[in-house]
Amino acid sequence: MGTPEMNRPEVRTMADSLGSLRDAFINYPFVRYAMIVGLLIALCSSLLGVPLVLKRFSFIGDGLSHVAFGAIAVGSAVTFALRSIGSSGADGLAEVLSVNHSTAIVLPITVISAILLLRTGQNTKIKGDAAVAMISVGSLAVGYLIMNRFPTSSNISGDVCSTLFGSYSILTLKLSDVILCSVMAAAVIVTFILFYNKIFAVTFDETFTRASGVNAGAYNLMTAVITAVVIVLAMNLVGSLLISALIIFPALSAMRIFRSFRSVMICSAVISVICAAFGIILSILYSTPTGSTIVAADIAVFLLMSLVSAVTRRN
Amino acid sequence: MPENTEKKENKIQLACRRASLGYEGRVVAEELSFEVHEGDYLCIIGENGSGKSTLVKAILGLKPQLSGEIEWLGGVSPSQIGYLPQQTVVQRDFPASVREIVRSGCVSKSGLRPFYSLAEKDLAEQNMALLGITDLAKRCYRDLSGGQQQRVLLARALCAAQKMLLLDEPVTGLDPKAQLDLYELIRELNKKGITIIMVSHDVAAAVRYSSHILHIGSRRQLFFGTSQEYRESEVGRSFLAAEGTYGYPGDEQTGGEDNG
Repeated sequence: MGTPEMNRPEVRTMADSLGSLRDAFINYPFVRYAMIVGLLIALCSSLLGVPLVLKRFSFIGDGLSHVAFGAIAVGSAVTFALRSIGSSGADGLAEVLSVNHSTAIVLPITVISAILLLRTGQNTKIKGDAAVAMISVGSLAVGYLIMNRFPTSSNISGDVCSTLFGSYSILTLKLSDVILCSVMAAAVIVTFILFYNKIFAVTFDETFTRASGVNAGAYNLMTAVITAVVIVLAMNLVGSLLISALIIFPALSAMRIFRSFRSVMICSAVISVICAAFGIILSILYSTPTGSTIVAADIAVFLLMSLVSAVTRRN
Repeated sequence: MPENTEKKENKIQLACRRASLGYEGRVVAEELSFEVHEGDYLCIIGENGSGKSTLVKAILGLKPQLSGEIEWLGGVSPSQIGYLPQQTVVQRDFPASVREIVRSGCVSKSGLRPFYSLAEKDLAEQNMALLGITDLAKRCYRDLSGGQQQRVLLARALCAAQKMLLLDEPVTGLDPKAQLDLYELIRELNKKGITIIMVSHDVAAAVRYSSHILHIGSRRQLFFGTSQEYRESEVGRSFLAAEGTYGYPGDEQTGGEDNG
């Protein structure tokens, strides 16, 4: 989780004293890191958003982000437990985990939950929405409980807040985080390009695709894994409560205007990247929380697109 | 009028022998036996809950039969059927162009190749021309009429397979004019040599257009044969007479004990 509080004054003075974004980019590597990671995450989540929204799976993204919150709490607790054992070996392991626990523990837990949730979503006998609601609020409650019981810092509410809303954690990334994020984002984007036609076919008509001999189950599994990866990535940028906004808003905005799958995908990606860039810059200049600023930009674009669509439909 | 009844020498493509169907241990239809020959137009009729859709899934190889045999012959396999499923809610407001949807019929042919080949794109254009929807290619699917949407899905099905089409309640939800158009279109495709299997609850149209009828009652097969034979059979006569009403003589007695 790092120490978001420490960076807060630094960010503010930077924005005030330098006054110039260009200088910030040149002088502060973390601003560049935030920009690279932010744009990559925005791109991934917007690509994923289109099939998720069309398959009526938006709620699964929301549920999973809460699971990721619980997983982060478990990660912190494991770190805490290893530290309290006190031996040098355990301490070393604790260090490794606290640097990378956002992926080492959170990713596997989220991937498994994603697979389970998409399974129940397909099975109409089990109430899919109830299962998602149960898992998501359950994770929130247990996560908060664990965070309070095994605090990693003295500022518990600060930790919880930054996990839920992202606050400034995007500006505290290290180079290793940036590389990890970039590799995972690149993998997601390449998968989308390589399997574009299959994703379209499975999203539009799963029964037909299955009947024509394509292993639709494998593509659903792939979607589940990608959803989990994107959520774990996006956690850094906007925090776990706001992830679904990053996933669904660009897709919904694009669908207001565009009428083919490809144009919706492209438009969604463009909207998301522009909003993320705009949000990050604004949040640096005005010291606003990064995640909420990006989501606010997404909402503004959605309203604009809705307006445009209402006007063009009337004509 | 049945067109292919006399061409008995045509190759068998699908043979179903004493197949029992069901899911999760519950039998919905048993002792189904029928054959489909090349160029046939088979209509599967029966009221709701008679296992028609389970039979469709079994034919497609999506849900294995509980017992008995479903055999594919003459170089046809489940994945080579052009399938026209019932429409889903998802599709009603899906942002996709007609061309994108028709091309997606080639998804199985393209294998692991990420993009469609020129030949596959050509095939999509040919099938759009065949069904008279070339001028709709760039239109959005959700803006089309019900009849046009079915033509798009038929073109997609033809991209998946040229030998056989399996149509699941294709005219449901269409207005009478669009229903007639679609029936005529399917008849044209059948005349071109494409085998048709259609699930329907429109018995009058089934008898008028198809060459063979498979009638499934509650849990068991009531009739299989040519449409001509069906019209003359007791089951067919009583069903055609009672058309438009559910339940008819002969069905009540079969409810409980029909394990032969």
